[in-house]
Amino acid sequence: MSFLSVTRVIKRFGDVEAVKAVDLEVPRGAFFALLGPSGCGKTTLLRMIAGFEQPDDGVIAIDGVAMNGVPAHQRPTNMVFQSYAIFPHLNVFDNVAYGLRRDGLGKDALRARVEAMLATVRLEGMGARRADQLSGGQRQRVALARALVKQPKILLLDEPLGALDKRLREQMQVELRALQKSLGITFLLVTHDQEEALSMADHIAVMNGGRILQIASPRDLYERPNCREVADFIGEINFFHASVKEIAGDNVTCNAGLLGIVPVPRRAFGFAIAAGDHVLLALRPERITLSGGTVAGEIAAASFLGERSHYHARIAGRSEPVFVASSGPAPQGPVMLGWNPADVIALPFVE
Amino acid sequence: MGKSLISGFSGGVQVAKAEDGNDAGYLLLSPTLAVMALTLAAPLALLFLYSLTRTTGPVLEGGATLAQYAEVLGREGYRALFWRSLDISAVVTLATVALAYPMAYFVAFHAGRRKFLWLIALTIPFWTSYLLRVFAWKIILGYGGVINSALISIGLISAPLEFLLYNPFSVVVTLTHAWAAFAILPIYVSLEKIDRSLLEAATDLGDGPLRRFLRITLPLSMPGVIGAALLVFVPTTGDYVTPTLVGGPQGAMIANIISVQFDRVGNWPLGAALALASMAVVGVLAMLFVAAARAAAKAAR
Ligand SMILES: Nc1ncnc2c1ncn2[C@@H]1O[C@H](COP(=O)(O)OP(=O)(O)OP(=O)(O)O)[C@@H](O)[C@H]1O
Ligand SMILES: [Mg+2]
Repeated sequence: MSFLSVTRVIKRFGDVEAVKAVDLEVPRGAFFALLGPSGCGKTTLLRMIAGFEQPDDGVIAIDGVAMNGVPAHQRPTNMVFQSYAIFPHLNVFDNVAYGLRRDGLGKDALRARVEAMLATVRLEGMGARRADQLSGGQRQRVALARALVKQPKILLLDEPLGALDKRLREQMQVELRALQKSLGITFLLVTHDQEEALSMADHIAVMNGGRILQIASPRDLYERPNCREVADFIGEINFFHASVKEIAGDNVTCNAGLLGIVPVPRRAFGFAIAAGDHVLLALRPERITLSGGTVAGEIAAASFLGERSHYHARIAGRSEPVFVASSGPAPQGPVMLGWNPADVIALPFVE
Repeated sequence: MGKSLISGFSGGVQVAKAEDGNDAGYLLLSPTLAVMALTLAAPLALLFLYSLTRTTGPVLEGGATLAQYAEVLGREGYRALFWRSLDISAVVTLATVALAYPMAYFVAFHAGRRKFLWLIALTIPFWTSYLLRVFAWKIILGYGGVINSALISIGLISAPLEFLLYNPFSVVVTLTHAWAAFAILPIYVSLEKIDRSLLEAATDLGDGPLRRFLRITLPLSMPGVIGAALLVFVPTTGDYVTPTLVGGPQGAMIANIISVQFDRVGNWPLGAALALASMAVVGVLAMLFVAAARAAAKAAR
């Protein structure tokens, strides 16, 4: 039994089914991310776990205890709100101490806990500041400290870095990650930013339209997406239509039109195939080489980005350019696109 | 400036602040300031001059005197009247805010999409004139009024109840009803301004509904409560119509005696001194009240 388990949870708002029969298992101590485009139901799912919304169907259990009917203020979860929700009439210390006041701690014990937590989020000495005297990053830390000081079983974070500028966001990603590892508290993070999810989480659930498409580690999600939406959502990718020509043991050959006959290892297919099936082959830009390959093309556009360059290569007969990322020397003249068969991602074709 | 004006309005008690070196704000205000100077400051100054004048001559003839102020402070009857006025309007203020808060709370948090409708509905009684509403209470509370005739006709009492009308009680009831809508609006605005995620955060940190109300909703709505209290306390202390119509001799307030001095007795200097003294008392009390409310809000953490 996993630590947080969500079983066939459904949530409707009127006619809209915001969350559709979602299953989710989060192991204890994990940094788990819910990733998906805007409106896909991430916040709704998080709010059901926190107890702010009631599922129309299904069960949410935390540490083996079903949460149906447990009101939000009695759940072993705490939340970092997207807007931070810092209490404006309280100073930093009182904001962080808010959830501890009723826990029967002595005055000194309470002070010690709050001070220690403020130090953990690097806000030492800021206790007397009022909420309106804080920068965005500091408010974010107060919200984090206020939730963490309660020592929740699960910390829920709803786009916690969305309001920060890029620099601060990247810094906070590193800090959040380190904090989670050192505290060992299970984090459930909601984000629509794939880089954020990839860089911080141990496990990522990709959501779309109220459903979970795939749950995997960041690397597997990138290298082994299970459907076109996930492949498209995580990073850049090139798709090629193909049909299965022959299956011979561990080797499959596909007829990929302009790319010619393409060998693909059998294990690249995470689904059942038969000869003649229409499939989708995909290649990440950095897995395509510009020379020594078999597909002739020419560079239509190039942009230099420092340690690597991005190219749009045109292949005769294909309308979209092939996106290639390379750190090698800039190609002169026509190119011959190539790739390692092991890098081919095979996906089911859905009309 | 525009922003602080608006928030000053919605916060109830905050006063518009001019930012450093922003004279445009005062320029914008200047028509208002001119009207205020003409209609408020000038009559007040005149009133002040009257209060220093000897009872029998034209304004300030023969030099200033403090005789009127000495009389206001010295006469037991005036002091009693001051106390009664403050007493009545303190009770009215308390009752009005206590009644208005739940209504404002309901509209702000539970009226859903029909908020606007509710706000209009709450103000419907105030579309009739103040005088009519006072008379309505006279009819309800009077000897031959709704309550008495109903009780007599069902045989519960044989003679009309006399304590219903012409006493401080009837003044309190009438004033409370008359000012309810004025108290609802500032409280509603301050409740409406509270970010709902703050309430969820309090719940998330372990507060049940009651604790959350006491620790978040109430403190954050204090500006509205203070605004409502001042909005009711200040004008009711000086109210003249209600005590005249439903107060009787026991329910008379300071404004009644001021009007008598100007009108029937013809002692303008004494009337002016009484009026200014009552303004000063109310002003000082209002400031003390705001200071106390601030301190209480700070201590309530
Ligand atoms: N209280 C509500 N009433 C009606 N519909 C709602 C409500 N809350 C959410 N929805 C709808 O449910 C769907 C999912 O919303 P949700 O807030 O969970 O999306 P999200 O994935 O968090 O998006 P974002 O990244 O933009 O925050 C949306 O279509 C939204 O319009
Ligand atoms: Mg959201």
